[in-house]
Amino acid sequence: MIYSGRFRKHKRIIKFLALKYIDEYRDINIINALATSIRDVVKHPWNIMEICGGQTHSIMKYGLNEFLPGQVNLVHGPGCPVCVTPLEKIDKALAIARMKDVIMVSYGDMLRVPGTESDLLLEKSKGCDVRMVYSPLDAVNIASDNPSKKVVFFAIGFETTAPINALSIIKAKNLKLDNYFVLCSQVLVPPAIKMILELEGSSIQGFLAPGHVCAITGYNDYVSLAEKFHVPFVVTGFEPADILTGILALVKQLENGRYEVENEYKRVVSKEGNPNALKIINDVFEVTDQEWRGIGTIPESGLRISSKYSAFDVEKHFNTGITGSRESDICIAGKILQGSCKPTDCKAFGRECIPEHPLGAPMVSLEGACSAYYRYQ
Amino acid sequence: MNSNCPLPVNNFDSVTMAHGGGGKLTDRLIHDLFIKELDNSWLRKAHDGAVLEMNGRIAFSTDSFVVNPLFFPGGNIGDLAVNGTVNDLVCCGAVPEYLSLGLIIEEGLKMDDLRLIIVAIRDAAIRANVKIVTGDTKVVEKGKGDKIFINTSGVGTILQGINICPERCTPGDAIIITGNVADHGIAILSSRKGLSFESSIKSDTAPLNGLADAIFEVTKDVHMLRDPTRGGVSSALNEICASSGCGIMLDEKEIPVSDEVKGACEIMGFDPLYIANEGKLLIILPDKYALDVLNAIRKDPLGKDAAVIGHVTEGPPVVKLKTVIGSTRIVDMISGEQLPRIC
Repeated sequence: MIYSGRFRKHKRIIKFLALKYIDEYRDINIINALATSIRDVVKHPWNIMEICGGQTHSIMKYGLNEFLPGQVNLVHGPGCPVCVTPLEKIDKALAIARMKDVIMVSYGDMLRVPGTESDLLLEKSKGCDVRMVYSPLDAVNIASDNPSKKVVFFAIGFETTAPINALSIIKAKNLKLDNYFVLCSQVLVPPAIKMILELEGSSIQGFLAPGHVCAITGYNDYVSLAEKFHVPFVVTGFEPADILTGILALVKQLENGRYEVENEYKRVVSKEGNPNALKIINDVFEVTDQEWRGIGTIPESGLRISSKYSAFDVEKHFNTGITGSRESDICIAGKILQGSCKPTDCKAFGRECIPEHPLGAPMVSLEGACSAYYRYQ
Repeated sequence: MNSNCPLPVNNFDSVTMAHGGGGKLTDRLIHDLFIKELDNSWLRKAHDGAVLEMNGRIAFSTDSFVVNPLFFPGGNIGDLAVNGTVNDLVCCGAVPEYLSLGLIIEEGLKMDDLRLIIVAIRDAAIRANVKIVTGDTKVVEKGKGDKIFINTSGVGTILQGINICPERCTPGDAIIITGNVADHGIAILSSRKGLSFESSIKSDTAPLNGLADAIFEVTKDVHMLRDPTRGGVSSALNEICASSGCGIMLDEKEIPVSDEVKGACEIMGFDPLYIANEGKLLIILPDKYALDVLNAIRKDPLGKDAAVIGHVTEGPPVVKLKTVIGSTRIVDMISGEQLPRIC
């Protein structure tokens, strides 16, 4: 796909040109050839985790399991950004949205994720000023256009959203805005993989590493994980042919007893990542222990706003009084995110928990495993 | 669009509460704008309602229009309001004839914007060959509306020999879409504040009675017509499944989507099947007529990209899709609004 992004004053412009380089990755002949190769190579049963929710979505949307031999068991990982955003942060966002003179801004998916008692779209219907943006730079524009309001951007996501979320803070600083604040819930993938591998009884034998995260960070971190835990990684994209290529490479490694990091998403990912993006992340954020919804706190698995930019940190300027929000007893999102259960193992799946009434975040986002199962199966 | 006629009520830059008060300003607004632009013998009578001469089976439909922004690439709320009700009547197998026009205007709407909307309504009515024969205007206080809401209701006579209802859908029937899907929804999104992106995608808003005429010239044995507006093709077909008890199998590779819309959907994480259309028909009819109908509607510019996108199957009443890579998945009805994905 070719698109060019550029910024004009107060307006974000993406120009969509003709869509290219997608159809090749959805070519039925290529898909069938890859499926045949996987069947030829596989000899033993393997548990393979795709980390990224975008990959989970693609697997379900294209029914990729239909192409895989029974020995390949795909396990869905924790890579759905809204799914792992802790309940306490969502409750904080809800409390802040209800405050006077606040405009709460976030990404589309985030607005529907249930907190303890409400969600941001529900608060909007009650009169709170809640807005959806595609880019946090638009949130900065909202702050610039509304100087008498406090504009709070609920910045969530993995390493993929970290650079643009960081850039919004830098932009606000450059514009000398004193009414732009960021509620930060940034998480990092490698520590979560480490946690999954250290779980007692962990059955994951290989990983499709998240292509877009690696586009930012490169994949050096995965090399040390592979060496330490003797598990192979294949950096993988999101189209059906990407995913089957990743699985094929992983199965070859597993059958040969290798545990290397291979890159099958070379058109996007380099080993060192994107140095400009990393520089911005390191400037604005610092690594911190982070709670993952349904999973718990994982050491050094998140980013928080560094003291240099504390003027923009919600945690320093808003007192919500919210601590220790408690999850629903029914939802097994945590086990699903760690790969120890599938959505269909949950007794609420498709009954009490449906997209219209999600009990847990994985039923909300397109990238959530429960939502993908519900929609496509 | 010809809108160069300055409005005498233009002493006011914007609509005030007095324009809805029933007094002189209301009267001037009605005569100098509405009746002037939408002129016909019914409106000129300025009666409480219109008296219509109609025979046979009558289709009657109503639709309300709330759109943000009011003006978008390819049209405005005025076009939508006429075409929407016209197309609902078309889907009943009727020839649309008469429309009512109800306006709820928020105080402060720019008079120039109102004029552009009324001119669009005039032009759309001419294009669709319908008359606006009665109307009503209310003005609400600032903050009590969103610039303007429009309701149109319409009636039309059902052609002899036509019986369109979901229960007639039969396994084996072909499903035709009359052109590229998702243009309207993406055009609206492209002009919405906060999500704006530069594109040449235009709303497909258009009256579909011409296409319906072309279909009925080939055969009157059409089982179902539906304009897949809100919720897109997916919602329309899921509703048809639920009403008919039949299943539907779509072929993804046959579903026409323009490259630009495909690109926007890829980036935003949207599925074009869930996005609104305002100028497309879904046609369900016996497979033996499909090719002839396709050829007939492709002669009309509104139907040039028409395609057979699937077939009706035996139950259960579920919409399935054969993906471009040959697997099969369910196309469920959308839950709420599609929201852009995060990364």
